[in-house]
Amino acid sequence: MNDLVFFLNKGITSGLIIGSIYALGAIGLTLIFGILRFAHFAHGDLMTLGAFVTLILAAALAALGVTLPLPLAFVVMFPAMAITAVLAIGLDKMFYKPLRQAGARPVVLVMASVGVTLMLQGVIRLFAGVRSRDMFVEAPKEIYRIPIPGATRKLVVTEPQILLMLFTIVAVIALHFFLTRARLGKAMRAVSDNPDLARITGINTEHVVWATWIIGGSLACAAGTMLSMDVTLKPDLSFNILLPIFAATIVGGIGQPYGAIAGGFLVGFCETLAVFNWSIVLRPFKDELWFDLPSNMSLVPTEYKLMVPFLILIIVLIYRPTGIFKGRVL
Amino acid sequence: MSLLDIKDLHAGYGAMSILKGVNLSLEAGEIGVIVGPNGAGKSTTLKAIFGMLNITEGSIHFDGEDITGIGSEQLASHRISFVPQENNVFPTLSVHENLEMGAYIRRDDFSRVMDHVYEIFPPLKEKRHQPAGELSGGQRQMVAFGRALMIEPKLILLDEPTAGLSPMFMSQIFDRVIAINQTGVTVAMVEQNAKQALAIAHKGFVLAGGQNSYTDTGQNLLNNPDVAKSFLGG
Repeated sequence: MNDLVFFLNKGITSGLIIGSIYALGAIGLTLIFGILRFAHFAHGDLMTLGAFVTLILAAALAALGVTLPLPLAFVVMFPAMAITAVLAIGLDKMFYKPLRQAGARPVVLVMASVGVTLMLQGVIRLFAGVRSRDMFVEAPKEIYRIPIPGATRKLVVTEPQILLMLFTIVAVIALHFFLTRARLGKAMRAVSDNPDLARITGINTEHVVWATWIIGGSLACAAGTMLSMDVTLKPDLSFNILLPIFAATIVGGIGQPYGAIAGGFLVGFCETLAVFNWSIVLRPFKDELWFDLPSNMSLVPTEYKLMVPFLILIIVLIYRPTGIFKGRVL
Repeated sequence: MSLLDIKDLHAGYGAMSILKGVNLSLEAGEIGVIVGPNGAGKSTTLKAIFGMLNITEGSIHFDGEDITGIGSEQLASHRISFVPQENNVFPTLSVHENLEMGAYIRRDDFSRVMDHVYEIFPPLKEKRHQPAGELSGGQRQMVAFGRALMIEPKLILLDEPTAGLSPMFMSQIFDRVIAINQTGVTVAMVEQNAKQALAIAHKGFVLAGGQNSYTDTGQNLLNNPDVAKSFLGG
């Protein structure tokens, strides 16, 4: 029983957490690809930027002596999401829109987004330095230890982890209703399907582009904030998860928001379960096994965790280039 | 005053000019058919109407307004609908959503128009919740027509509506074009199947080399031996 709880703690919880973060990032990436037709490499830094906006707001409130029943960072994340959305639209206006209007090919926009990545990283380091920061400016994070009958080990969940899962569920449901019920949401799908026809039909593509950046930017802010709350906030935080997010987007099918969610959780779980120490779970059965159980039996050493999304990416590109949900082929 | 009046239109892609003096005018309620050999500038004339290429000379007037070089996104607000030859539906959107998108610029209640479209195209009502991309070619064409009708257009532009359809569907499409026209919508249509198309046309425009070579009523063009010899295959 103890071993099962260990599996829940180290395998399932971590998989859900990292999967949620990947999903939130991948949704934005896939929407941007579907509507603006380029791979937005600066998405990871949009996440870091969002997390820093949250941190600044949280620190400001903490300095004013505000205390709330929920972590400050979580509460100010919502205004931070709005600010990040505005910043995302600003980045689009300044860098991507002029290129679009000049009729630049998608690869030019991709390169521009690499430029934006480097710029954002530089700006963040310039103002915030390189050290890692704790998002809990006012109090340490709450850790719940839930006793499980028949086990001495307890189920461990932290407050930000619960908030993250709740937020992801709400965000996914809201996104679903937006895309299937709202006029603008349907227009987004129409533009993603056939931009020329959308224009002829009189759909205001400018509004659709804004909506895309608002959703992409605010979800990136949420993902960045949540990730920093789960660990710490570092300037290179989301640059490291850019690759898994791209993997999630491609695995799910490029341009498919539901695919991005599925892909996010798939990549998240693969990663977590690949570095999970299986020998602890197998220990109860050690007499029946035909081999000696080593003390650490993970499929991939933790340092090589980043290999997993790479591997998934390669396998998907070879065997199912359209992804799970039949997206576009790169 | 004509509803659509194209005067001496010169246009092309970049520096390359394709249209070298196209004249075309349609009265409200007419069907105009543009025919001609490949590369004569038929589809290009339609595209020139909504700013998809460089207009160097000439003018386009619609309903008394100068619309020379307007962008394609402004077409709908002038109540002009365009049905492209291919990729004319939103494939992952349901049939119903396709029609809703057709009415995107409308802020009023368009349920009456929607019912009307379902009346003209009964198969669409049956498949309203199915993604348009899963329909047959003929049914997709119906979705495209239906989408175009949602703004209750004054003018509908059709780019080779029968291309790639079986002969049985072809006559159905022409019947639909007549039906749509009889509700008061002016139709400007580019067609490869010149004979059938001219038979339903009030006005016909035979283009060659980016210019009008014959402009007359549809019936007169069909009866004109020169036109028959050079463009209609005898």
